[in-house]
Amino acid sequence: MAEVKKHATPMCDELKKGSWPSFVDDIEQKGLAGKQECLDLLGQLELSFKHKETHWKHGGIVGVFGYGGGVIGRYSDAPEQFPSIAHFHTVRVNQPNGKFYSSAFLRKMCDIWDYRGSGMTNLHGSTGDLVMLGTKSDQLEPIFFDFTHQMSVDLGGSGSNLRTPECCMGKSRCEWACIDTQGIIYDLTQTFQDELHRPAFPYKFKFKSSGCPNDCVAAIARSDCSIIGTWRDEIRIDQAAVAAYMAGELKPNAGAHSDRDWGKFDIQKEVIDLCPTKCMWMEGKTLKIDNRECTRCMHCINVMPVALRPGVDTGATILMGAKAPILDGAQISTLVIPFIKMEPPYDEFKDFVGSIWDWWMEEGKNRERFGELLQRQSIQELLRRTGLKAIPQMVKEPRSNPYVFWSADEVEGGWKRDAAEFRKRHAA
Amino acid sequence: MNEYFEKQKELYGDNPGFDISELLSKPYDKTLAEKLYDPAKPMQNRITDIGPAHFFQFLPPVLKKNYGQWKYHEIVQPGVIKYTAESGDTVFAVRCASARLITTNLIREVAEIADKYCDGCVRWTTRNNIEFHVETEDKLRALLDDLKGRKFPGGSYKFPVGGTGASVTNIVHTQGWVHCHTPAIDASSVVKSVMDDLFEYFGSHKLPAQVRIALACCLNMCGAVHCSDIAILGVHRKPPLVEDERITGVCELPLAVAACPLGAIKPATVEINGEKKKTVRVNEDRCMFCGNCYTMCPAMPLADGQGDGVAILVGGKISNRISTPQFSKLVIPYIPSEPPRWQSTVKTIRNILEVYASNANKYERLGDWAARIGWERFFEKCNIPFTDKSIDDYRLAYDTYHTTTQFKWSVHTDNL
Repeated sequence: MAEVKKHATPMCDELKKGSWPSFVDDIEQKGLAGKQECLDLLGQLELSFKHKETHWKHGGIVGVFGYGGGVIGRYSDAPEQFPSIAHFHTVRVNQPNGKFYSSAFLRKMCDIWDYRGSGMTNLHGSTGDLVMLGTKSDQLEPIFFDFTHQMSVDLGGSGSNLRTPECCMGKSRCEWACIDTQGIIYDLTQTFQDELHRPAFPYKFKFKSSGCPNDCVAAIARSDCSIIGTWRDEIRIDQAAVAAYMAGELKPNAGAHSDRDWGKFDIQKEVIDLCPTKCMWMEGKTLKIDNRECTRCMHCINVMPVALRPGVDTGATILMGAKAPILDGAQISTLVIPFIKMEPPYDEFKDFVGSIWDWWMEEGKNRERFGELLQRQSIQELLRRTGLKAIPQMVKEPRSNPYVFWSADEVEGGWKRDAAEFRKRHAA
Repeated sequence: MNEYFEKQKELYGDNPGFDISELLSKPYDKTLAEKLYDPAKPMQNRITDIGPAHFFQFLPPVLKKNYGQWKYHEIVQPGVIKYTAESGDTVFAVRCASARLITTNLIREVAEIADKYCDGCVRWTTRNNIEFHVETEDKLRALLDDLKGRKFPGGSYKFPVGGTGASVTNIVHTQGWVHCHTPAIDASSVVKSVMDDLFEYFGSHKLPAQVRIALACCLNMCGAVHCSDIAILGVHRKPPLVEDERITGVCELPLAVAACPLGAIKPATVEINGEKKKTVRVNEDRCMFCGNCYTMCPAMPLADGQGDGVAILVGGKISNRISTPQFSKLVIPYIPSEPPRWQSTVKTIRNILEVYASNANKYERLGDWAARIGWERFFEKCNIPFTDKSIDDYRLAYDTYHTTTQFKWSVHTDNL
């Protein structure tokens, strides 16, 4: 075993206590088994605890040949004290969709990272990648060759690229998946490899897909293009199961409230009265739903999963523009397509994406997210660029100001007017 | 499943990552990359644009068989979800926490558990939990016992089971001082401290609804805390330093000027050792400490141990359930950084969580509860001082102003 040097880290050591998994213990054990990087990282963290400031330098452009993303440069600002982490770059590896793994996959990934990196990772990064933390510049090409040749796995996105698309577990385990999120995201990732690896956008662009409006992958909050499953027919009802919930034979919300006494299940109070559109009622022992009035919020289905299921005419709602606050403030995605069938090869959807990207690449300012362009240039411009039709579903309410941008061709006679004629009718 | 798999194979079977089982069966060759890669001919032997490995090959057999055919689920105990398929097949998913920042040692241990109980299959969730799948009650009991017994030398659980239903599940978070150049606070130590304190809520279903906590260590919000029930956000409170001597060497001045959303950065010229140098000046009264200038220009650091700290935002959500998705709202503008245990932050979060838990209705998310009782009552009940810092003064601020005579009497109006 290699000789390693452990720094004095009393504040880090405090974080070995308690019940929640201790990252300090994990990293220290790895370090003591021969990885100096792990011990140096804890040493530098201890210094940050002392100063209450980070000790990583700003940026540094590194990468692999032919790609403009996937690797993020990172350098310590205290390399004399912590020489093994002087370079400590990140490699983002594209995760399998839904984040399912085989032990063989994980072990080979660990073999690569133990040999060429620090042995530290994030599973997973905020965008969804397998994040390999900490390696040196001269290892980047070998790492890329190892992942592509020995695992057939590619890097993820970074910088002004398409970022690694992400999805929920979809149809692999969830009865509510209205769309094949994994299949969709796999296809989009493969289709847009060039956009993912070579920066051509004004800024980052993210796709995320959730199978239903519960939105487990946070598509509506975290992606420029949110693809969320929905249905346009009727909620399927098993009336016998409804009766079983009412009789207390089945646990409401699948047992999610099991450790507190909330009293006997009351379908009126817990389901019907909480329905945001009040589109449900009981007729005797039969649950009725006016599906035309339903906004598919999932509450009744969540509470009674054995009794109620989404419809079978399924597709996706497309919303655009979510982002965190920098710069213009946080945005939640805006509804642009209420329903679209999502079947391979997804041509209609990809055409729509193409029109969005053409617009954004033509008009977007440096580091302007798509959602900010949408705010700056309006939904009306989105309609012109994409050929979509204005529908009331796009807004919470109609505008309250009267400042309509009429165009000349919408007004009889256009805008060419004769001042002399005007003055014949009106003395100046 | 076969029909779905056949269709996927037809569409993507030629992709190199469609089936990597043969590659994975070979031992890792440490020498291969150096044999293949020649810096003088960088394109030689280079494989590019292959994307991720296809997901289907990694699914547990019962998930492959019932793909798209699941019927319903039930949480049989905190952390254990039983899924039933149309075919009648069932599977238990066992959810356990991880620190997100994990080593290959821990990943190898996960692989070992997956081999022992789960045909070598395992999954991670969006919120950094790990899920193991087993098909029988016996295997479930054995797996749960096994997980419970695995601890780090300091005594913390490696794989605590929970995170389902009306619980506090794992915290989505960022890098902090462990690996980022722009953070105002650390991430992993805050998460560890908060979850040590809230541990009882991870493995139980005691709350009115699920509570999603997220942490972002600066306003860039890689942790996307803008739609969380409780958000822990690192904030700066001192304007950027301007390093006149090195700024032209490390950044494009026009980009630094353009980076400021408030136009508070202007070009300037200074004299250093008799030499005129171009630089910038910051109108400090206009700075809102967003840090965007530092992102564009390394010679404008904001980090300051005294100035930086934690802001708490609450009431956001992502799900469309009952109410629409909502932003988190800033209720505490600043708590000082207190590494390693962040005790004031921990105490603040427990207080908000417990006041919510004892007052909200069943199914009511934190933000829906606060909206129902009124935010004046939220501040009163949680005993949080309301300050002008919670009143928006950025773009679209007017959307948050009260434009009605309807308000509640609260401690804020009692002594007017």
